[in-house]
Amino acid sequence: MKKMWKLAAVAVTASLIVAACGGSDSSSDTTSAPAAATDVKVAVVYLGVPDDKGWTYQHEQGILQLEKDLGVEVKRIENIADNADSEKTFEQLASEGYNLIYATSFGYGSPMANVAVKYPDVCFQWATGAKFLLTKDGGGAFADFAALPANLGTYFGAAEEARYLSGIAAGKATKNNKLGYVAAFPIPEVIRGINAFTLGAQSVNPKATVQVAWTKTWFDPTVEKQAAESLLDAGADVLGQHQDTTAAGVAAEAKGAKWVGYNSDVKEAAPTAWLTAPTWNWGPYYTKTTKAVADGTCPTDEYYGTMADGMVTLGSFGDSVDADTQAAITAKGAEIIAGTFAPFTGPISDQDGKEVIASGVKAELGALLSMNYFVKGVIGSAKG
Amino acid sequence: MNGNIWVLASADSVAIATTLVLAALGALFTERAGVLNLGIEGILLTAAISSFLAADSSGSIWLGLIVGSLVGALLAGIHAVLSVVLRANQIVAGLALVIFGTGLANFLGKPAEGKTVATIIKPLSFGPLSDIPLVGPIVFRQDPITYASIVIAILASLYLFRSRPGLELRATGDDPATVDAQGLSVASIRIRYTLFGGLLVGLGGSWLMLAQSAAWHQAATTNGIGWIALALVVFAGWRPMRLIFGAILFGFTLQLPFTLQAEQITFIPSALMQMLPYLATLIALIGLSRPSTRNKLGAPKALGIPFVRDER
Repeated sequence: MKKMWKLAAVAVTASLIVAACGGSDSSSDTTSAPAAATDVKVAVVYLGVPDDKGWTYQHEQGILQLEKDLGVEVKRIENIADNADSEKTFEQLASEGYNLIYATSFGYGSPMANVAVKYPDVCFQWATGAKFLLTKDGGGAFADFAALPANLGTYFGAAEEARYLSGIAAGKATKNNKLGYVAAFPIPEVIRGINAFTLGAQSVNPKATVQVAWTKTWFDPTVEKQAAESLLDAGADVLGQHQDTTAAGVAAEAKGAKWVGYNSDVKEAAPTAWLTAPTWNWGPYYTKTTKAVADGTCPTDEYYGTMADGMVTLGSFGDSVDADTQAAITAKGAEIIAGTFAPFTGPISDQDGKEVIASGVKAELGALLSMNYFVKGVIGSAKG
Repeated sequence: MNGNIWVLASADSVAIATTLVLAALGALFTERAGVLNLGIEGILLTAAISSFLAADSSGSIWLGLIVGSLVGALLAGIHAVLSVVLRANQIVAGLALVIFGTGLANFLGKPAEGKTVATIIKPLSFGPLSDIPLVGPIVFRQDPITYASIVIAILASLYLFRSRPGLELRATGDDPATVDAQGLSVASIRIRYTLFGGLLVGLGGSWLMLAQSAAWHQAATTNGIGWIALALVVFAGWRPMRLIFGAILFGFTLQLPFTLQAEQITFIPSALMQMLPYLATLIALIGLSRPSTRNKLGAPKALGIPFVRDER
């Protein structure tokens, strides 16, 4: 009898899990034939859900543009944690005949590379990735660059350009020179953003410091709000963030501080606190690469978009950003787009005062993509 | 001194404790009646999204709190039917409720994903009182629900140990046969307190949404707080007054990793710090699931055991 109960319990639990999970990706099944234009079968793997008003939302806007531009239907897989488990998702998509798979988070890298080896005819695209990190030297499983699967490309953009500009707004807005930054994971992408934000703030306010709170999560409003509050408790009066929710903005709004968001132009989340936000425009890349795959070539370079090509943009300004600051930011933005200025131009020294980029030298992309140190003025540990 | 980070972190901890106090009190009332409801986490999530939807569509935070609480009671009602009326295994029923509640919350939350509550529950200000060193930020800058949660806990203590219905409640959890012999309905008492417990859990989930998280993101709103609440009841020995302090302590451990980071205290790995509350929870839940250890901890003696008159 007892065994029967256990069996029943397992059966009930299993069916409930299936029921609970079933809802998440039903809306976007595209097993029916695509509407011509190309015969490429495209899938995208999301960390969250398309309407999160954050990271995934911006990718969804790009995918929607791709669908409009080329008349393809894209399969969305939502809510896939970017850990080793995601390998199953990529394996399944590849085995179902999808020949172009976009993966929109950093942690998908090695799982996807493993699947890419098994499916050489499928084109894999890793957002925010860096091939270096898949090699032995970068902590990955592949011996060297030559050993990497030839059907894997990465795409990302110079968010640091827009972050630098948003730092100008923050540096002008602070009254006590204490900025805070709610940050997800201690990886180069995030560290680079913190540094750019800091350099931007210091360009108009040399005394500005940026204190970092690591949350070890991409989106979790409760934890992010706690982290934001600890920074406000420590005295910060402007917050920046590398997170996918607006929790830091809500915390700043409640305590009368200012806020620089990320990903989307969401002033309404914290109307008084809002300064601006670095945002993304992925559509052109999705359209371009899907077209290439349809024509028979898998883009395998490490694409790095910029403000100049429109992949990276700066959101609208908040009411408290005065006209002078707006003009200064716009002017700097024009220099970045024209190529006459880059945020990481020396002399730049690290937290300990050691010079890391020499005077007049513009940091190369490789150095940016593997950045693992904080610049002078950042308070916190770059190791997390 | 009121700008001191440790004072402010303590004030944050008292605020964070609100959900824990309410959810743990809900579990405490339920367990005192002899019903073990492990579904707190699922109830919290569903109540949270319900309160969000109600507050978002009506523009009223208070309506959000009411709807969230009622939804909490409604879900607890499912557990009451399963465990009291149908006498199902309460552990299994509770776990099913967690899974059901999580799925339901994700389903209901689809249209709310990424949205932020227009206005959140704000802390009250008591003028000069709020500026008293140390005491001001911790005691006199909390929001109405935080105060309410402490008052409810104190009233709960008086009710349990100083009133006749409280005595009946405790007796139902310890020795339902005697309560039955008194001519009282064990089933009715258990159902009532399971529902009331769900109401409190629902209020806790609504507060979490409308004061703490302020934005809905599926899979990330409650962070296992429902499980911590269950552990808290064990640590508090099923006593409401101890529960208040336990909740604030747990609240502090949830805030501590960030405060340590802000203070540049890095010799304790933050991952370890973040794990601590859950580790404590794990240990308590192991104790809770074994009848022999449960009794040693001071649990109601008939906790989790369906009452069947014939077996007396």
